Amino acid sequence: MNLLGRLDWSAIPFDQPIIMGASGGVVLVIVLILSWVTLKGYVPYLWREWITSVDHKRIGIMYIILALIMLLRGFADAIMMRAQQAVAAGGAQGYLPPEHFDQIFSAHGTIMIFFMAMPFVIGMMNFVVPLQLGVRDMAFPTLNSIALGLTASGILLVNISLAVGEFAKTGWVAYPPLSELQYSPGVGVDYYLWSLQISGVGTLMTGINFVATILKTRAPGMSYMRMPVFCWTSLAANLLIVAAFPVLTATLAMLLLDRYLGFHFFTTDGQGNAMMYVNLFWVWGHPEVYILVLPAFGIFSEVVSTFSGKPLFGYRSMVAATMSICVLSFFVWLHHFFTMGAGANVNGFFGVMTMIIAVPTGVKVFNWLFTMYGGRIRFTVPILWSIGFMVTFVIGGMTGVLMAVPPADFQLHNSLFLIAHFHNVIIGGTVFGLMAGYNYWFPKAFGFKLDERWGRASFWCWLIGFYVAFMPLYALGLMGMTRRMQHYDVASWQPWLVAAAFGVVIILAGIVCQVIQLVVSIRNREQLKVAADPWNARTLEWATASPPPAWNFAVLPQVTDLDALWNKKQRERTQQAQPPKERKFEPIEMPKNSATGFIIAFFAVVSGFALIWHIWWMAGVGAIGIFLTMLAFAFRDEEEIEVPAEQIARFEQAYPVEIAV
Amino acid sequence: MNIAVAFDDEVRNEARTSASEAGPAAKRIVVGYGFWIFLLSDIIMFSAFFAAYAVLAHATAGGPSGVQLFNQRSVAIETACLLASSYTCGLMSLAVGSRRYGATYLAALITFVLGASFLALELREFAGMIAIGAGPQRSAFLSAFFTLVGCHGLHVTAGLVWLVVMMAQVAIKGLHATVERRLLCFSLFWHALDIVWVWLFTVVYLMGALS
Repeated sequence: MNLLGRLDWSAIPFDQPIIMGASGGVVLVIVLILSWVTLKGYVPYLWREWITSVDHKRIGIMYIILALIMLLRGFADAIMMRAQQAVAAGGAQGYLPPEHFDQIFSAHGTIMIFFMAMPFVIGMMNFVVPLQLGVRDMAFPTLNSIALGLTASGILLVNISLAVGEFAKTGWVAYPPLSELQYSPGVGVDYYLWSLQISGVGTLMTGINFVATILKTRAPGMSYMRMPVFCWTSLAANLLIVAAFPVLTATLAMLLLDRYLGFHFFTTDGQGNAMMYVNLFWVWGHPEVYILVLPAFGIFSEVVSTFSGKPLFGYRSMVAATMSICVLSFFVWLHHFFTMGAGANVNGFFGVMTMIIAVPTGVKVFNWLFTMYGGRIRFTVPILWSIGFMVTFVIGGMTGVLMAVPPADFQLHNSLFLIAHFHNVIIGGTVFGLMAGYNYWFPKAFGFKLDERWGRASFWCWLIGFYVAFMPLYALGLMGMTRRMQHYDVASWQPWLVAAAFGVVIILAGIVCQVIQLVVSIRNREQLKVAADPWNARTLEWATASPPPAWNFAVLPQVTDLDALWNKKQRERTQQAQPPKERKFEPIEMPKNSATGFIIAFFAVVSGFALIWHIWWMAGVGAIGIFLTMLAFAFRDEEEIEVPAEQIARFEQAYPVEIAV
Repeated sequence: MNIAVAFDDEVRNEARTSASEAGPAAKRIVVGYGFWIFLLSDIIMFSAFFAAYAVLAHATAGGPSGVQLFNQRSVAIETACLLASSYTCGLMSLAVGSRRYGATYLAALITFVLGASFLALELREFAGMIAIGAGPQRSAFLSAFFTLVGCHGLHVTAGLVWLVVMMAQVAIKGLHATVERRLLCFSLFWHALDIVWVWLFTVVYLMGALS
């Protein structure tokens, strides 16, 4: 019996210069940052104000920091793939051996979906939703912090796989039988499974938390039809999380049982059924697409309406479209595998359902266009991203409807046409939306705007780079190139792939511009400083100071209509200036900080790593640690601390808000 | 005229206090609501295991089928234990509501014993099947069976641990608001496990005996 399970020195690929260089660099950067933080004496501050914080704004910001770091990691994978395919034509093998190339495309997909897009979206919702609802925190603040910790655990495990062992070579969907023990005996698939299981639990907690928050804690007077559209789309996304993520958990659990205990869910022997995995995976997977894109739709709605100076066109139809997408998303999963051979009727049904989803989406696009029509549009960075989205997303949507036709899909299935399509909607929809939201809400989070010039530069690089990188893939797909090829023989494909690689370089320039934008903005933060409402916006998050105090609102806003802040501003403008009302503050109960999330995350990493490497005693230690932490939390005496009225009054005096709702 | 104005005001006041405009709900309601959402998600997870079982129910790979393996008498006793434990769990909620500590402990003890008996019978069934070579590695059908039933069993185990922790909380902290909310969530959880078991009993054991 080996105390370290399957782990030994051979797990670290010393003979692979690319991997050793990359992981060595990552370790070096982490050590540098940690020692800088320690030497500067920031550790107590970080511990007190961030790591143990249960404040939804802080948690949201930490989610987004994680997501931005993972964007860099996932993008590095993308550059490597594009470089490989640009050179590996004819007899050439390129610079990446097949087993490494396979890990890269698996890691790229896994990271971009689960550890970039998801935390980014969840971070955005975390920061914005309670503020827009006009309340002081989420329904379950400590649960929120635990969810963040579990997401970070998953991220850590995926990145450990870079240096210790290997990652899955199965693609980000890990279809069996390839992902079964028989064909993938290494630890790669186990890294994939455990990191997704751990972060998936966190995501489920987030979903429950948001549904309870949006449906049960809104400012007085905010009925459902007075909620900002971003809250509606967040509600839809979180309902989807609650309804879809348990299926992923169950499916991955079945694969884990196959791999660890010799069960026969998806194996080729014992009458297992591999296609069941594909079905269950996409029962989660298609709603997941809408979990990512619906909040982005909400961001565009806020941005378009704010910078057009008009109320959103067709608010009710927007809500209806959001909720119908939410329901329809559960009726289309089979379009991911028309080629399974389910028969014409089944394929026909799912094809039609897929095309029907284009209807509510089209309603949304027209609503945004009509909102802008006749508006006095201010071309700030967020609206540039929104316009770029409208053009790009419509193209991606149309290629999607094309592939919803089963006979066409038989030709295009698993070709680069598909790759181009889903990057077209995920980058053009989710990523553009998140970038719009990042530029839009940054001043609210930190009290200063992001630099406009670098922001615009990054937008144009991303937009142009996107088209140069992905339009060639449509052509290549039609020419018959399939996805995930480490090398190829057809010489006529190469020019297109070189063009695509060039496009990725332009996107890289966009990302560099974003980094510069952040640095420049932090350096010039005094000039870029803003008050509560820098964009002349419409919703409640702009009715409090920037950055908002821990308690968000000194007095809970009283909502009487949609666009609560905007209407209040209009009313104040028409009325004569009144003497400022004397506001009376009362002490506020705020949830107490808790290290529970951090400690549970620590033990989750211990357990996850131990399970991957079959170190059973250590997995037990982790599980017991989690249990004891929860026990300690359950027995804590104080749950809330009181913020005294004088402190609130002092803050309100220092950071006055012109319009109080 | 005056009456009309008064009427108007009253209508407005009423609209103001309609549920969706009432402002943040009380903590007890938010917690209960959140827990309901969790239970729904848990039931969805079970439904995935149910679906897998339905797909693989006849995939016996030449091994034993449900008819040969299931012992209806033992399952009937298991069911009786679990349903009775739900009843005593309800009695516990009543005792908590009227702040009778002794009755709370007694009802919790009976609930625990019934739950533990259910678990013991289930484990005996599992052990018996594994002993005759019908373990989860034998066929896809048995994999699905052990996972579905075992997942429910794991939930019951977690519930028993939770119940012990809650009784410790009642003893140490008394029946204050937080403890009471958690007991409410526990009873929701325990009843939900009953619902899942009724489905499980029907789909696995009754329909299994038919085919």
